[in-house]
Amino acid sequence: MSLELHDGPLHVEEISNRWFNEMKEKNYGAYIPFIGIVRDEKGISGLSFDIYEPILESWFEAWQEKAKAEGAYLLMAHSRGDVPNHTSSYISAVVSPQRKVALKFINDFVEDFKASAPIWKYDLIDGKRVYAKERSTALKGAGLLK
Amino acid sequence: MAKIEFLGPLNRESIEVDIKNLNDLKEMFKEDKEIQEWLEICAVAVNDSLVCSLDTKVEAGDKISLLPPVCGG
Repeated sequence: MSLELHDGPLHVEEISNRWFNEMKEKNYGAYIPFIGIVRDEKGISGLSFDIYEPILESWFEAWQEKAKAEGAYLLMAHSRGDVPNHTSSYISAVVSPQRKVALKFINDFVEDFKASAPIWKYDLIDGKRVYAKERSTALKGAGLLK
Repeated sequence: MAKIEFLGPLNRESIEVDIKNLNDLKEMFKEDKEIQEWLEICAVAVNDSLVCSLDTKVEAGDKISLLPPVCGG
């Protein structure tokens, strides 16, 4: 399990350096990081996030098992609460013995993260949180109670 | 009693309900116009596992979570 949740923006340098220093000793040949940066667009001052941790943890553990089956290992950090423009709310990384596995894994993992991780995003506009409904994806089984 | 949690932008206090399965919950929500608008896009978890059947049994002490569409990162 290497899932970290932080209040507010991520301290990218601290997290990246710590992960790299931990992983470089484990004899992986490839370390592929992805760092998301909050963009200044549509008049927002930042983003804000709610997270449902029990399902996020089980979702992450299932991905970690998939990674393990291919000799890879996943790391992920995400913010809770408000994250200003031009800071980071999300970092993930994959390490593996060879580059190709890690490159494929980081893409598949981040795609599924967007579609399945129980995290809700809000735009920060004039100090208010506005749910980013049109950018969000319904989870598997949505509509059961309609 | 089972606990119903309304996650993320649903932004409601949890409630306790006496139901035997998710069909009972569906019936219960029919009179709740505010939540009706969300039901089409909400997934449902029982004790932190997503479920796909209205026949899913609900026991006393279970936790049922309503999860609106997500967008991490």
